[in-house]
Amino acid sequence: MLVALLAIAIGATILSGLVTIYYDVPRQMGAQFRNYGANMLLMPASADADFNEEAIEQAKSAVNKDLLVGAAPYRYESVTINDQPVIAAATNMDGAKAASPYWYVNGAWPTQNGEAMVGKSLAAVLGVKEGGTVSVIYKEEDAKEDDKGKTADFTVTGILETGGTEEDYIFISLEDMSALTGFGGRLDVAELSISASKDELQAIADKISTVSPAVSARLVKRVTQSETTVLTKLQALVFLVTSVVLLLTMICVATTMMAVVAERRKEIGLRKALGASNAGIIGEFMGEGLLLGGFGGLLGAGFGFAFAQAVSMNVFNSSISFRFIILPLTVLVSVAVTGLACLLPVRSATDVDPALVLKGE
Amino acid sequence: MSLLELKNISKIYGDLKALDDVSFKVEKGDWVAIMGPSGSGKSTMMNIVGCMDKPSLGQVLLDGADISKESDKSLTNIRRDKIGLIFQQFHLVNYLTAVENVMVSQYYHSMPDEKEALAALERVGLKDRAKHLPSQLSGGEQQRVCIARALINYPEIVLADEPTGNLDEANENIVIDIFKQLHREGTTLIVVTHDPEVAEVAQRTLVLEHGRLAKEIVNPNFKD
Ligand SMILES: Nc1ncnc2c1ncn2[C@@H]1O[C@H](COP(=O)(O)OP(=O)(O)OP(=O)(O)O)[C@@H](O)[C@H]1O
Ligand SMILES: [Mg+2]
Repeated sequence: MLVALLAIAIGATILSGLVTIYYDVPRQMGAQFRNYGANMLLMPASADADFNEEAIEQAKSAVNKDLLVGAAPYRYESVTINDQPVIAAATNMDGAKAASPYWYVNGAWPTQNGEAMVGKSLAAVLGVKEGGTVSVIYKEEDAKEDDKGKTADFTVTGILETGGTEEDYIFISLEDMSALTGFGGRLDVAELSISASKDELQAIADKISTVSPAVSARLVKRVTQSETTVLTKLQALVFLVTSVVLLLTMICVATTMMAVVAERRKEIGLRKALGASNAGIIGEFMGEGLLLGGFGGLLGAGFGFAFAQAVSMNVFNSSISFRFIILPLTVLVSVAVTGLACLLPVRSATDVDPALVLKGE
Repeated sequence: MSLLELKNISKIYGDLKALDDVSFKVEKGDWVAIMGPSGSGKSTMMNIVGCMDKPSLGQVLLDGADISKESDKSLTNIRRDKIGLIFQQFHLVNYLTAVENVMVSQYYHSMPDEKEALAALERVGLKDRAKHLPSQLSGGEQQRVCIARALINYPEIVLADEPTGNLDEANENIVIDIFKQLHREGTTLIVVTHDPEVAEVAQRTLVLEHGRLAKEIVNPNFKD
């Protein structure tokens, strides 16, 4: 009996633990995935839309604060440095850092106006290092040949490595860009990093488009798609493991109950001889089994949460939220599994012949 | 009408006739002993009378009703309501106290009633052992618990298979005294035994041999 209880408790532990993780994995992995960068792009809804910082703030307000990992607005301009044509990207450095945590900066991120971060390839071409200075010249597109344009000097605080096209850019603050080019606040794009599943993201995107008409929100398909695939596979794995563990639990409980019935054959025979009906015998053993299931399930639900917590701490480095629904779910499944496991042993209990009490054994 | 009547009962296992055309009657209040060598079919007959088995051939009339063709389920009900069983091996539930063992029988019959169960133990002289577990009782005491359990629901017939088989002389006499008292109270008793001493206190003795009723002895020494 103790063995059966243990088996059920362990089964229920795995069940509730894995189900907790199952539910929490999207959230946990979502946070992990966000290390790989933005999964939503905001763009102007039309060519003449007011796509400025105000519009972005408005769009951000449509996203739950807890889910928003980072938001980085961008404005790109063609400039020249040392007579080389270069793309200057203006952004909010804190936002970019949050939205693209995988960016690696040799040196430091710019913290004030007049500071810039230079992409690795560009830095190699220009021959600048951390702490150096670059002169950025901006000329309007329709400027005359002899127009010298505007010049601004920047201190390079860090060299950016991303493995992407960003390594060809120079990054400056929006204020500096505004001063240099007088672009009037209109942005090109904003990257959002939101901790949410694909479907949730789509819902958020739709919401943003209605909340701020100047903004058109899109998912970064490449990112969301692969996230979804990984999650689906992980959840399938969890489901499989849980099923196997429950099956093993069932076998263990069935074996134990078989042994219990065999051990108590005489008592069962006696009870029948005293007038116990088959229904009565079934009721007694089933009752015992279901009680066992319920108790084991309760135990398992508790241990399972601890187990999930431990796994979460070790794997994701973050704690897990307790979901009340898992408690009754675990107990219910344990009871069902035990009930199923008891069917055969209980049947064999009803097969005991009451006449055995008169056999000299 | 007799309380119990067996008409041409046979029980056949393969080519073995454990019971072979046995007929007899038991009236209400009778005290009958059944004797015979080992394998002569005594237990087989008790199983049939006790509604735990069905005859291959013949009729068993209990209270005038034929029970030989009843379903297992209604046999269970008849057994519960009309039969009290006393076993050679006592068959007490080892994790229940004496009084609880008696109450098990009440539980399946109607409602457990501790007072009544204690009264039944008092009848067999075991009131002060009521809270003991079977392992804390002597064989004779365990048999008395078994008797109290058999009596608790006021059965029409008490069946005892070798009730003194595992007891010493002193305890055997205690059990015989209890049977005498039951008989005075009007209980119908059928006792299977190897022991002539247990048999000769009964009104009459049926002797089985090879499944046949060999003879019936009316006990000359019987005192009512
Ligand atoms: N279920 C069964 N299947 C086959 N044969 C059986 C079965 N039960 C009893 N028998 C046979 O029937 C015969 C009578 O058995 P029974 O148990 O009635 O004897 P008994 O008179 O009670 O013997 P004992 O004094 O040893 O208890 C025996 O030969 C036994 O082997
Ligand atoms: Mg026998």
